Amino acid sequence: MNLLEILSYGFIQRALLAGTLIALLCSVLGVFLVLRRLSLIGDGLAHVTFGSTAIALALHIYSAMSLLVSAPIVMLASLGILKLSEKGRLSGDAAIGLVSALGISVGIILASVGGGYNVDLLSYLFGNILSIRSEEVVVAGLLCLGVMLLLTLHYQELFAISFSDELAKVSGIRTSYINSILVVLTALSVVLAMKLVGIMLISSMLIVPAAGALQLARGFKVCILLAAIQGCCSVVIGIIISIMSNLPASATIVMVNLLIFAAACVARRIIYPKNSN
Amino acid sequence: MPGEIVRSELLACSYREGRVLEDISFEVQRGDYVGIVGPNGSGKSTLVKALLGLVTISKGSASLFGTPLSNFTDWHKVGYLPQSLHLVNPIFPATVHETVGLGLLSLKRFPKRLNRADKDKIDKTLDELGILDLGHKLIGELSGGQLQRVLLARAIVNDPELLVLDEPTAALDPETRVRFYAMISDINRSRGVTVLLVTHDSGTIGEHASKMLYLDKRLLFYGSFTEFCHSPEMSSMFGEHSQHLMCHRH
Repeated sequence: MNLLEILSYGFIQRALLAGTLIALLCSVLGVFLVLRRLSLIGDGLAHVTFGSTAIALALHIYSAMSLLVSAPIVMLASLGILKLSEKGRLSGDAAIGLVSALGISVGIILASVGGGYNVDLLSYLFGNILSIRSEEVVVAGLLCLGVMLLLTLHYQELFAISFSDELAKVSGIRTSYINSILVVLTALSVVLAMKLVGIMLISSMLIVPAAGALQLARGFKVCILLAAIQGCCSVVIGIIISIMSNLPASATIVMVNLLIFAAACVARRIIYPKNSN
Repeated sequence: MPGEIVRSELLACSYREGRVLEDISFEVQRGDYVGIVGPNGSGKSTLVKALLGLVTISKGSASLFGTPLSNFTDWHKVGYLPQSLHLVNPIFPATVHETVGLGLLSLKRFPKRLNRADKDKIDKTLDELGILDLGHKLIGELSGGQLQRVLLARAIVNDPELLVLDEPTAALDPETRVRFYAMISDINRSRGVTVLLVTHDSGTIGEHASKMLYLDKRLLFYGSFTEFCHSPEMSSMFGEHSQHLMCHRH
């Protein structure tokens, strides 16, 4: 199958469109999360997504509609993590671990009680972007639009809290509100990314593009742009390679992402030899 | 009062380990340059953080520009320079220009955007502090002295009326330290900016500050440097020899 042939299939076009949109969201948010040392929140929320998907399946709600069940649950969980780390005498990683454990436990119990929908749950664990339906692309597109709009409107505040919470507060920025926006947008992106790479690999979509961009970026805006390019390229290249080589799309996307990260590390050593250590 | 910039009334702060500050009352007038000194763990940083609403006040009250802290919203009037070594993430990819621009956000309404005039303002501030050439460098590439000046530029780019500095010279070599103090004195005199500066360096701050606030969980002294030098309480605390060393320039 040549490239033009691959691109002519409707299911591949849908996968590329939805995948690119989701990668764009995850990569941009990932820069803020990595710099705020919240990288693992993606992992924690992915586990909650597992639980929420089990709830949706238990209620016989499938495909695009299951996103609408998962989204509010995962958004609430993200705010729970934030509140636990702010007021619960817990560090951020412990709060993530706690909520994550709750999510995965709910998922396991419901899967065990329900019995019949274990196969569906497995598809959420490992993702299957090539099976994405038109209505799921529409939901993904609308959610992407909303998230990108909020990110654009709050860009400077998000930049400020990523640099320093303390300085942001003294600049009159409502840091709790902006932190809430960041984690809620992350929750939405995690729910969307579940179809792309699966629950097991979601955090890589948030962390790896940001980590790659940080190797080369000279400026915060440049860092966001590089992360977005890396995220989108890894999805497009990953999907095409997976079809040509008959490999699972989710893992291939993540492997391409990791290869771009490795290339960025090498490029850093060549371009900025003095700052490589 | 129109000239009153900061007021603290019977202010107390506690951490889990216990009370850090107790019954702190003082006021700072417009144009004052207050040096906040005291031994390690005396609550100096906690005091300025409490005055900026960064730590919870457990008892008493504080106000900025005559407004109780809980209702204060004029953050564009305040510039803050924290202990920079704890603050800056060395891998943070922001340029000096972007970092200084953060200081202008307090002047902006939603959605906050920087325009051409803001960019000129950033350049002007960098130029005033002699670091215009650093504009495109990443903050992780700066030396301690350069970083300190960049964070100072961030704190004054919005033309604040009150500048709060928390141990700004801790990471600087003696020569850079002298230049830094001269820079703050100049900002205080030429712009009329009220300054609160936390330091361990009682002697050097005495050269520049118009008032000294000596703290050891409680307020032990608040007055002019001359009063500080002639205070019998300070003599008994430091010993006459140490007090003379601190005050020998006067």
